[in-house]
Amino acid sequence: MLNLQNIYWAAPDNTPVLRGINLAIKKGRLTVLTGPNGSGKTTLFKLVAGLLPPQSGRILLDGEDITPLDVTQRAQKGVCLAFQQPVGFKGLTIGRLLELAAGEALDEGQRCALLSQVGLAWEEYKDRPADGSLSGGERKRVEIATVLARPGRLLLFDEPEAGLDLWSLAGLLDVFHTLRECRDKGMLLISHQARLLEAADEIIVLAGGRIVGQGPPARILPSLTAENHGPLPRGGGEA
Amino acid sequence: MNPVTEKFLKTLANWKGRFTGAYSLREDGCCVEACSTAFVQITPKKDLPGLDIHILPGSQGEVVAVPACVTTGGLDDLAYNDFFISPGAQATILAGCGLHTGDGPPASHSGIHRFFLGAGAKIRYLEKHLGDGGAALRSMGPEAHLQLEEGAQMEMDVAQLGGIDRARRTTQAVLAAGARLTVRESLLTDGAQQARSAFTVLLKGRGASVDLVSRSVARGESRQSYRSQITGSAPCAGRSACDALITGHAQVDAAPALCASHPDAALVHEAAIGRIASQQIYKLRTLGLTQAQAEEEIIKGFLSAPL
Ligand SMILES: Nc1ncnc2c1ncn2[C@@H]1O[C@H](COP(=O)(O)OP(=O)(O)O)[C@@H](O)[C@H]1O
Ligand SMILES: [Mg+2]
Repeated sequence: MLNLQNIYWAAPDNTPVLRGINLAIKKGRLTVLTGPNGSGKTTLFKLVAGLLPPQSGRILLDGEDITPLDVTQRAQKGVCLAFQQPVGFKGLTIGRLLELAAGEALDEGQRCALLSQVGLAWEEYKDRPADGSLSGGERKRVEIATVLARPGRLLLFDEPEAGLDLWSLAGLLDVFHTLRECRDKGMLLISHQARLLEAADEIIVLAGGRIVGQGPPARILPSLTAENHGPLPRGGGEA
Repeated sequence: MNPVTEKFLKTLANWKGRFTGAYSLREDGCCVEACSTAFVQITPKKDLPGLDIHILPGSQGEVVAVPACVTTGGLDDLAYNDFFISPGAQATILAGCGLHTGDGPPASHSGIHRFFLGAGAKIRYLEKHLGDGGAALRSMGPEAHLQLEEGAQMEMDVAQLGGIDRARRTTQAVLAAGARLTVRESLLTDGAQQARSAFTVLLKGRGASVDLVSRSVARGESRQSYRSQITGSAPCAGRSACDALITGHAQVDAAPALCASHPDAALVHEAAIGRIASQQIYKLRTLGLTQAQAEEEIIKGFLSAPL
């Protein structure tokens, strides 16, 4: 459903960050992108969501070339992104933010379900502003909920585990499994988390702006563990 | 009723076909309707345009509406309204002005309001200003002069909702012992509009306190300035905060000043002026909003944030 063709992006100082990325993401599968810090993972998400324009290459969504489309247009086509570092909004309540994400008023059941998927109670959070008064972990959960609220086709989550405790992480894994069973969405995660990597249908390893490994967890995980000189993190990450 | 006035009243005085409580409606420089109640007496001034409004002892939860509307260009309306609030009385006052002009001559309105709050009186004052219509300049120069006796409390909520080209607002207050003043001001300017707001507060009695918060949004090429001077001459507490969001090429300058002439006067000020962060816009755009819709949401949130 998502095809990246020969994507190239260099930073404003001309340092190449992504060098010729080719990638195909299928519907109803969970793909996890991993790799060292600074390898270009977040940049790749920004290119897909339209936050950065590639210097060359094409991005196709269900066969349609979306490269010329801007952020809003891509969002309207169903591209959703949960940011690695969520931004705060003074005075904008979590309830309103989720309503904007959903594009419509949500009924009581939908609202509660949305927030409980990320381990938060609607009643307690709906009127709280999505600003600095939330902890890093709370902000991260709200960020994930905004993507779950979207009527999206392609869901991108940038390090969703950061700031989540073990219990919430397990809940989030359930959510990803449920989404995968819907079979009509594409899901791409960036993660360093062993549980998420093990749950993947496919792992893609990025290093130095290039894809250096791709395959099922059984094949990719052992080499990742070896490179990490030990087991990968299994608990919640830092916010 | 003039349809322009009717439209303004919905915003200014929560008007739904009629007023509830005491009221006086000023339209194009004349008082067109007025009504007193058992606890609120409204009488026209003899020597000046405007009203004397007496809120009598025993008033609890009374509502007084004194909106003014200017529905045509070529008018410079000036009204002097004096509010005398009896000791211990409680009331809500709804004031404000709607200014409508065409493309011809400009119009202005200035409401010079004086408030005399007796000991222990409690007033909630809501004032809104808005303008609409054509290209002719709409100006206003509201003034509020407050005198709070011992233990009196006044809560002012002042909003300039848009459509006013030039605004020059002045608020002066003198507070006796234990009196408390809270001001929430919100200003919205756009295009080539200019707004100035200046506060001068004297905390004269022991335990007097003031909390001034101005929350403003300046868009386009508009300019705003915020001035406040809090003087404490007794053990007292004062805060002045200006929080402004700018977009486009707008400019805001804020200068809160403090003067403590008593060692136990605790005075603080804060001023923050900033742009909308691009990450905020991007986040909302990834939810399908356009750039303009995203800005609207961020501004709406900012203006409604608890102060
Ligand atoms: N706007 C930018 N300007 C300059 N360098 C950038 C910019 N965006 C990303 N980079 C650089 O690109 C590299 C990849 O960053 P990023 O995609 O955030 O990595 P990851 O998410 O894999 O940790 C980093 O070295 C970063 O410094
Ligand atoms: Mg990253």
